[in-house]
Amino acid sequence: MTAETSPANGERISLLRVLGPGHVWALGVGIVLVGEYMGWNFAVGKGGAIAALIACWFAGLLYTCVAMIDSEVTSTVAAAGGQYAQAKHIVGPLMAFNVGLYLVFAYTMLEAANAITLGHLVQTVGAMAGFENTNDKPFIVLTIMFLAWLNYRGVYTTLTFSLVITAFAFVSICVLFFAVQPWSDVYIKHDQLLTGLPYGWLGVLAALHFGMWFYLGIEGTTQAAEEVRSPARALPLGTMTGIITLLIAATMTWYICSGLMPWEYLGQSVTPLFDAARLTNSTLLMVLLFIGTIFSALASANCCINDASRAWFSMGRDHYLPQVFGAVHPKYRTPYRSIVFLVPVALVFAYFAPLDRVITFSILSGLLEYTFMAFSVILFRRKWPLGTIKRGYVHPFHPLPAVMLLVLCAATYFAVFLGYGTQLIAMMVFYIVASLWFALHRYKYVRRGEQFAMPWPKPVGY
Amino acid sequence: MAKAPYRPPVQSQIGQIFDTLFLLALVLASLFAPLYLGLAGSGKTTVELSDTSWAGMKQNATMQAQWEKLGYTDGTEAKDGRQPASKLIATRFDYDFSFVELAASALVVIAYFFIVFYWSKKEYREVIDERFGNSE
Repeated sequence: MTAETSPANGERISLLRVLGPGHVWALGVGIVLVGEYMGWNFAVGKGGAIAALIACWFAGLLYTCVAMIDSEVTSTVAAAGGQYAQAKHIVGPLMAFNVGLYLVFAYTMLEAANAITLGHLVQTVGAMAGFENTNDKPFIVLTIMFLAWLNYRGVYTTLTFSLVITAFAFVSICVLFFAVQPWSDVYIKHDQLLTGLPYGWLGVLAALHFGMWFYLGIEGTTQAAEEVRSPARALPLGTMTGIITLLIAATMTWYICSGLMPWEYLGQSVTPLFDAARLTNSTLLMVLLFIGTIFSALASANCCINDASRAWFSMGRDHYLPQVFGAVHPKYRTPYRSIVFLVPVALVFAYFAPLDRVITFSILSGLLEYTFMAFSVILFRRKWPLGTIKRGYVHPFHPLPAVMLLVLCAATYFAVFLGYGTQLIAMMVFYIVASLWFALHRYKYVRRGEQFAMPWPKPVGY
Repeated sequence: MAKAPYRPPVQSQIGQIFDTLFLLALVLASLFAPLYLGLAGSGKTTVELSDTSWAGMKQNATMQAQWEKLGYTDGTEAKDGRQPASKLIATRFDYDFSFVELAASALVVIAYFFIVFYWSKKEYREVIDERFGNSE
């Protein structure tokens, strides 16, 4: 179901299939890599540096499960909307509507967080350069508006732009890692700066909350399903190489930052890798990490707009949302109305909300999505056992990854509860009200049988 | 007799605009209001530091050097454009929690998923019946 009728002229217009595995890698890593440049370090604040490292590994395990499960399901359900389309085919409409919202808000809040970081960094560097009155707000607005415009104009240019700046941001982390000479104690002083577990083992659990930030968004690769030339090959390849890249980057980032800064500072820093570069006294590294941070924030926000708009577009196309959002631009072949609609939401959050709260909104939406994925893959294997439909990739050890994912999700809910419990409940209230709106009002505009668009046999048990 | 496919009503332009505005309002109210009502607290507290010298704040020589490179000073007041590190060092999370609150939060999350999965299953059966042409 790649075609869509444009309400404007009645023609059937589809999204363009122009992307390769490199773009899929860029979409996954591009969203997430900013997590190394900011946000992960709040895990240090919640439990100390060692707790953050343990959280990094456990979150890495969680995301490896996510990537394995996602690769199997996505290589089979290759449709824009990613997990939303999966939920529609595997679980049912109300779950699909909720998953669509998880995606939109995880990505839109992440986009807002990126814009805040970029604005903060420009303000900090402006002050360092003698411009004390530099205001971050215009940069926040400009970032969101510019990237929305880029997304409006076409997916190929948008993701090629992301590919280049994401690669630059990743190389910047590698350069910093080797520049601080991890084989010596010239810069890195873990023996002097690591202070054990300031909150005990409860802090380790609490750190899992922001440990997710090292990887949050890698599952966004699936949003490109209708725009890649070969979904069955490109999506698993791009996703799995993406998670490997992130595991390497996360470990290097932790090693550098925890060896350079006291944990009390690191746990509250807005731009930890840039601060690490400052501590080397190298102007070249500072400039490199300044550009790296800017690029990572731009790449992430760029990919977030791409993913959130695809999810919103898919829901509009299925009439889960007003059908005006299901339109494709007749010239640029992008879901332009969805892109435009989400701009004010991102702007309001980026302009008014504090960074850690915005990140928590994003993390909570992601966490709800991962919980869904664990159940979804079990239902997927049960309804279509191996051999009944063609899968581009079959993940090993099923159902172990799903069970591990559920256990890690449960631990992370508890981690969010520790310190951000009211925010957890506030988010749940939002999803409950939205679900009521969908079930009692919106669903009447949705065709029933047409929601199931895959050429699969009837599911087992129905 | 085969069940006739469900024909949804066509939503008017005004209806679509209303739904769009409702969604925008719901998003902004439900996600943003908690921030202003103080419900989205981060659980952070400020501990009392009796001694705000570097040693008193349990910062060794390496830590002190790094704080100073980052533009911070000891004490409670800014000095020579350097901000006091004590504000950051004194900020801690308070992990005291009530088991009742934890149980209530867990119940909300579990009940939410249970209801969404249950309701989806009902809707899904209707989708499959129509897609694969089940007869009544």
